[in-house]
Amino acid sequence: MKENVIKPYGYAMNDGVMQLSFTLPVENGSKAKKAAELYVSRLNMDKVSVVHSSKISDDFTFFVVYARALPTIDYATVVSDEIQIEEMGFYEINELIKKKLNRPLTVVGAAIGSDAHTVGIDAIMNMKGYNQDYGLERYPQINTCNMGAQVPPSSLIQKAVEIQADAILISQTVTQRDTHIRNLKELLENLNSAGLGERFILIVGGPGITNDFAVGLGFHAGFGRGTRPSQVASFLVMKMLEKGEKK
Amino acid sequence: MAHIPIQQEQIDRVKGLARDIAFQVHGFLSDYSSVSIERTVLRLYGVDGIDKDGMPLPNRIVDMFGRTNLLENGVSRNFAAAMVLSEADPLTTAERIEKGDIPLHDVHTCVVEDVQKKERELAQKAVKALDESHRRKEKKAETYGLPDQPWKYIIVATGNVYEDVTHARSAVHSGADIIAQIRSTAQSLLDYIPYGPTTEGFGGTFATQANFKIMRQALDEESEKHGRFIRLVNYSSGLCMAEIAACAAFEELDILLNDSMYGILFRDINMKRTFVDQHFSRLICARAGIIINTGEDNYLTTSDAIENAHTVTASQLINEAMAKRALLSDNLLGLGHAFEIDPHVENAFLYEIAHAQLARQLFPHSPVKYMPPTRYKSTDIFYSHSLDTLFNLASIATNQGIHLAGILTEAIQNPYLHDRYLALSNINFVFHVAKDLGEEVQFKRDGFICKRAQKVLDEAEDFLKDVKETGLMEAITTGKFADISRPVQGGKGLEGVFKKGPDYSNPIMDLLEK
Repeated sequence: MKENVIKPYGYAMNDGVMQLSFTLPVENGSKAKKAAELYVSRLNMDKVSVVHSSKISDDFTFFVVYARALPTIDYATVVSDEIQIEEMGFYEINELIKKKLNRPLTVVGAAIGSDAHTVGIDAIMNMKGYNQDYGLERYPQINTCNMGAQVPPSSLIQKAVEIQADAILISQTVTQRDTHIRNLKELLENLNSAGLGERFILIVGGPGITNDFAVGLGFHAGFGRGTRPSQVASFLVMKMLEKGEKK
Repeated sequence: MAHIPIQQEQIDRVKGLARDIAFQVHGFLSDYSSVSIERTVLRLYGVDGIDKDGMPLPNRIVDMFGRTNLLENGVSRNFAAAMVLSEADPLTTAERIEKGDIPLHDVHTCVVEDVQKKERELAQKAVKALDESHRRKEKKAETYGLPDQPWKYIIVATGNVYEDVTHARSAVHSGADIIAQIRSTAQSLLDYIPYGPTTEGFGGTFATQANFKIMRQALDEESEKHGRFIRLVNYSSGLCMAEIAACAAFEELDILLNDSMYGILFRDINMKRTFVDQHFSRLICARAGIIINTGEDNYLTTSDAIENAHTVTASQLINEAMAKRALLSDNLLGLGHAFEIDPHVENAFLYEIAHAQLARQLFPHSPVKYMPPTRYKSTDIFYSHSLDTLFNLASIATNQGIHLAGILTEAIQNPYLHDRYLALSNINFVFHVAKDLGEEVQFKRDGFICKRAQKVLDEAEDFLKDVKETGLMEAITTGKFADISRPVQGGKGLEGVFKKGPDYSNPIMDLLEK
């Protein structure tokens, strides 16, 4: 592959210009500014310019700094871990389900375990959707059941079996204590012990979730911050078609 | 003051409808008590601390009375009897009950007059403590003076009470008037109050009486240092509404988030439980001079802010009516609303002004609480910062009571120290340069803003009529608020509600309702 060495762009190609803002736990003054300058130079930057400093408390100072970064990166070597899907629109997805699957999809979703946040699952499932993108409830070809927050994994599985779901959507907030990992593993273990390991398409979503993380745990996909319902729906349809071909 | 011409008769009509709705609910809730209310009585009597398993003593004692079928008439009389038997202070008595040194069945052996006298003493002392808390706050307001409205309200949320103090001090330096210590995620679902100072939480810091004390002390120092009364906020919605109100009163908190509707809709707390708890908690707030904040802003995070603007207005009116039943005066009603309209909508800002002005005019003597944009915040912090600038402008132009600072990193994480500085600098700037804007302009009588506000009020009136017809609980069941449906028998905490027995006694409630 052809090399493509790059740096941040400010005025001109590869000048390396970056803007930074941060706080140091010291009183504002000329010494503080010098400390900020020296600190940034240790981040592998030169031509450091501390353009702004303000006192934000006793012994705390906020800085805005411009500097030129020294390191480069070969863009040709970069690999993204984001999920590769062909994105389709609302009508296209419904049309595809109707024509290729010949039946509506059924999806059940919940925030599981102690997670009380419904914002994520609601953004994907509620009629209203997110960011000008209709939620799954609005899709004529998708039947949905949004169980809300704090749903025990066992109840979610029970519901999925009951309504003969094709896919389970799990919303999880990433916590400092890794509660989300325990919750997700518990769900997989419950599925496996019930002999349902291969039955559903399993998708995790949440602001701190990456596709790599989700696939690593044993889910089919993970969706992070800013995901729109149509992206999830696109993945679902493609996965269903793939499954159908294998049969 | 720029003003939307609303008919006084219509205001009277919608407030009348809200009163009727509150009355229907009240009729039901006066027959019930809950474990949380009984624990509150114990806390107000002076029971605190934990047992050897870390369970709070108020929980432990209420459980013990419950297991011996001594709860239906309330914990108050039996606890007073136990005090007569132990001849000790409330805390020692509670410890003896916990250890089993006072056999619970012996409480029947006491002389009735002695028990009643003890109960009266305890209740009077409890109410006196609430009055003192109120007086100390009034004294601070006198000493330092209250800032101009809108009061600048900002959150701290590190999970560690001591780091929260550092963040709070910095926020005060940047101009904050009110510090809100965000709770650990889902604390509202705990059926007890954790104990002692805490340094670990999830997305916030546990609300404990010890944490309240640490933060209050720091803010008292800051008030002294800056010559400005810095108020402290915490959250009492959830399964411990009244208990948190009691702890907050003891530690001189100034504002509590206090909204049963929020608990029902967004935390799936059983509606009977939380309506019952809310009433007692609000009586405590009224007596201790704690401003309540309601959570109408949350409706707009799930429903469309234009389509459902009237549900915010209707909920404010219902919350006001319920609060008045709990004797809260106008100056203690921080009714909520929010700046959450999709910026893709043309003239979204005009809608926002119309909604904000309507809230201001419907509750002219209340510190109406205005919440910043969250739903359409972006991970582009520069965009989010500019969105907050417009929010700040809407707030000062319509002279809101409490202004919750929007923060540029809303869509990303809890704010860093300097994020708060940037948010407050933005507010200071806008509030300063546009201070008297609202005094200078007038809304066109048949213009967009006036028509929009009138439409929202008309829709709210129809909605209230509908809710009155079906009843509030039924309206919630059928998903009329925030597009969320909650059944009467569903949700958390129902098992903690009980019908009052024939000899039920809660003398604190009686004194507070007088």
